[in-house]
Amino acid sequence: MSEDDKQAPLDVVRLAGAKARGKRPYFLEDPDVERVLSIAMAIAGELAVLRQRLDTIEELLETRGALTREEIETFVPSPAHAEARGRWHQEYLARILRILQQQAEAQERNDEPTSSEAGAWMLRE
Amino acid sequence: MQATSTMDYDGPPDYRTVGRHALLPNTTHDQAERYNFLAHLNRHLAAQVLPGIAVAYRSEIEPSFRQRHGRAPADRHEVRRALEGHAFYRIWSALRRNAMEMRQQSGLSVVLGQLRELIDRSAGLADQRRLRLDPTLSPPRYLTAVDHHCMPGSYYTERLDQDVSAAANYDSGLFVTTGGLLGRLADGGGRGMVAFLKKLRPDFAPRRILDLGCGLGHNVLPIAAAYPDAQVTAVDVAAPMLRYGAARAASLGVDNVTFVQADAADLSAFEDGCFDWVGSIMFLHETSLAALKRIMAESRRLIAPGGLVTHVEQPRYDASMPLLEQALRDWDAFNNNEPFWTKLHEIDLDQLMVEAGFDRSRLIHEGVHAIADGEGFRDAATEKVEDYGRKPAWRITGAEVPAQGYDAP
Repeated sequence: MSEDDKQAPLDVVRLAGAKARGKRPYFLEDPDVERVLSIAMAIAGELAVLRQRLDTIEELLETRGALTREEIETFVPSPAHAEARGRWHQEYLARILRILQQQAEAQERNDEPTSSEAGAWMLRE
Repeated sequence: MQATSTMDYDGPPDYRTVGRHALLPNTTHDQAERYNFLAHLNRHLAAQVLPGIAVAYRSEIEPSFRQRHGRAPADRHEVRRALEGHAFYRIWSALRRNAMEMRQQSGLSVVLGQLRELIDRSAGLADQRRLRLDPTLSPPRYLTAVDHHCMPGSYYTERLDQDVSAAANYDSGLFVTTGGLLGRLADGGGRGMVAFLKKLRPDFAPRRILDLGCGLGHNVLPIAAAYPDAQVTAVDVAAPMLRYGAARAASLGVDNVTFVQADAADLSAFEDGCFDWVGSIMFLHETSLAALKRIMAESRRLIAPGGLVTHVEQPRYDASMPLLEQALRDWDAFNNNEPFWTKLHEIDLDQLMVEAGFDRSRLIHEGVHAIADGEGFRDAATEKVEDYGRKPAWRITGAEVPAQGYDAP
């Protein structure tokens, strides 16, 4: 990474989903299926987070006060808030589809060893 | 939230109970819940899914191997290849790999969004006399071949000037992989070693201690705290880990550890015989055969008369360990970018230590497990679930060195 790059803003979403160095092993007979599994697990994770968040809201409402259904139904986000929600959606999809990002990165970096190849190399070092 | 089970709860504690220090990245509600989800996913894979593999092995995989070859599998590699032909092993593997990748994405998401603040805090807190970096040191090839445990950028990548992101990610998300079995500050390995040493040598008063491959110093801090009169040197090749480690130590009020950037395989900056205790905790498996031999030689060279060397790793694959267990413990070597793991657990470390100059009659072998500090955190000793290769129940291989001039009979 050059010195200039170290001053630029970090593309957090892309960097967080980056692929680790080393060719990825696939386990299922059809790697396409495994990628779908990976997406499904990410959705499962996000659903769990949402369920916990809902529980948090329930807890707060129960212990601290009220919130009407109508207020939820008629809520209009401010422009800044709407933008933040849009950004949330972008990041949400980056998390869910991380595996596609990594597949794309792998296509550009097909000279990486597998862990097993590296292990054999380390015995010869 | 309502649950239907009336069983005693034995799962991971909530992420929000992890120990706080000034460097620990802040987490939002949802970031903390992603860690919780992943800690539960890992636990589920170990407790609920993994046992099914042993069943499949006994009922289908091993009999099928015998039918095809007219004999039982001869070694762990044959077992692993046979396992890979079974769909249940494959989906467990797919999920286990995926859980690690999700953990990395979760951790980096937490860290990179606040990295400049973390760097500022680290620079402000670290006692610069306790941090000795060497910008001329390149990461050794044993680290650069692949990113260990699927950690993008490994330990050493500098994303920004004065970077600490690798350490912050490691620290923030370590909870996920062991489900809290390392304790609130993830220092259960160091606590376990202190307990071991206090028992082995109740009167031990080391003046200088060396920790090899210290990472961000999780395990060296309880050791330094237990021996407050000792000067502790913690070495690692990765500057981000050391910067973070020095600041974290300062934040936790431990002031007798100096974090030094150096390769444990070449510690020529230190004089012969200048440490009373040289140790490593879960470090050797991330090196190479050549580096390991040099580390053993450096340990021998650096230890003072009357001193003690200890290396902590997962148990060796010896003849008493069933081949299926060996194959499952080997999973991380082939599927989680731990390329030296398989050989390290096969090697006769005793022989390497003897070749490095230690006396075979003075070798030490002992089991040790993480001691988990903090309410709601359980010790590995009470954990019934076996997550092969990851449960913090380890083996010490070490040696005592005779006091100078007089070796008591």
